[in-house]
Amino acid sequence: MPVHSVASLTAFLAAGSFLAGLLGSLTGLGGGVVLIPMMTLLFGIDIRYAIGASLVSVIATSSGAASAYVREGYTNVRLGMILEVATSVGAIAGAAIAVYANTRFIGLLFGAVLLQSAWSAFQGAHEEFETHPPVKRLAMYLRLDGTYPVNGREKRYYVQSFPSGFALMGVAGLLSGLLGIGSGAMKVIAMDRIMKIPFKVSTTTSNFMIGVTAAASAGVYLARGYIEPGLAMPVMLGVLAGSMTGARILTRASTPLLRRVFGIVIAFLAAQMIYSGIMGKL
Amino acid sequence: MQRTPHLESELSTVLRFGVILAAIVVALGGAIYLARHAFDVPDYASFHAEVADLRSVAGIFRGLATFSGRGLIQFGLLLLIATPIVRVALAGFVFLRNKDWLYVTVACVVLSLLLFGLVTGK
Repeated sequence: MPVHSVASLTAFLAAGSFLAGLLGSLTGLGGGVVLIPMMTLLFGIDIRYAIGASLVSVIATSSGAASAYVREGYTNVRLGMILEVATSVGAIAGAAIAVYANTRFIGLLFGAVLLQSAWSAFQGAHEEFETHPPVKRLAMYLRLDGTYPVNGREKRYYVQSFPSGFALMGVAGLLSGLLGIGSGAMKVIAMDRIMKIPFKVSTTTSNFMIGVTAAASAGVYLARGYIEPGLAMPVMLGVLAGSMTGARILTRASTPLLRRVFGIVIAFLAAQMIYSGIMGKL
Repeated sequence: MQRTPHLESELSTVLRFGVILAAIVVALGGAIYLARHAFDVPDYASFHAEVADLRSVAGIFRGLATFSGRGLIQFGLLLLIATPIVRVALAGFVFLRNKDWLYVTVACVVLSLLLFGLVTGK
């Protein structure tokens, strides 16, 4: 591992994070997931510092993107807020466990999450189910059903299986707190596959929730000294600039080839992460 | 959907403002840090928890007076962490204005969880 001065490490981290943010935003897979392997495997940074830097970057990118999506009217704010109860509890628990878990376990778990993310890169965004779903009493009482714009017209949708979705959100929060990632992929699964919410509403509402989920565990990380300003500065600014550039290049990301290439990169990182975890090199 | 009036645009403004402000403060702190320490060789390969003043909300505020680059970066990151928290508080306030008591309660629960995480994190 080459020895870096503050200047060269800052430059390399900023460039790498920019690339991660750019690819994450173009492919819709999120950049956070490659940040931690980049820092640990490429720069030999302790995984706890990597987790801290990644977590604050996740808050920056998700809040930046959410500010645009909320305005467009896709985000279901009420649903997001009520699910944030589950993700926050999960995130605080996850961060508390992370402090006691050994880095080998964290590395292996991270590898598994990366594999899932790589797999999802090869699954295309599927079309919405166009049946007449039943109106659920709980969802109606909580006023979770909503509308979203389709070709200039508002289309209704009805939230299904709210309790199962809520429970899975708790797991997503737990992973976010344990690993310092946004766990957007799992949030989308909970909404789109389980609660049968339209894909675009699921992804934007997931993104809306990521900042709150990450903020819930950020306090624990801060107090534990995981958030190192010298590392968080280039990573946060790099990812933010990268994801904003990505959003500008392509507003409607439908780039199957790019997704596949990024998916292969993620799968490779997953293998590396699991190998390093088993060998105890993290 | 019965949309809550003004909710979306107000939340959007808070999120955008918070992120921009945090990024500016972090960049400023980064410039000071680089100007002073560009050729230091830090050791990040082994974990040694951050000094106490960069680990607590009160400590970060105290450190502002010294105008250190690292302290300023950490303050910017604190602003960033505060952004979603302010967003939840604002949503709660908008629900309150609309007398939507159920969601006022939800916002309060989320807000107390976030503050719990920030204050008791140990």
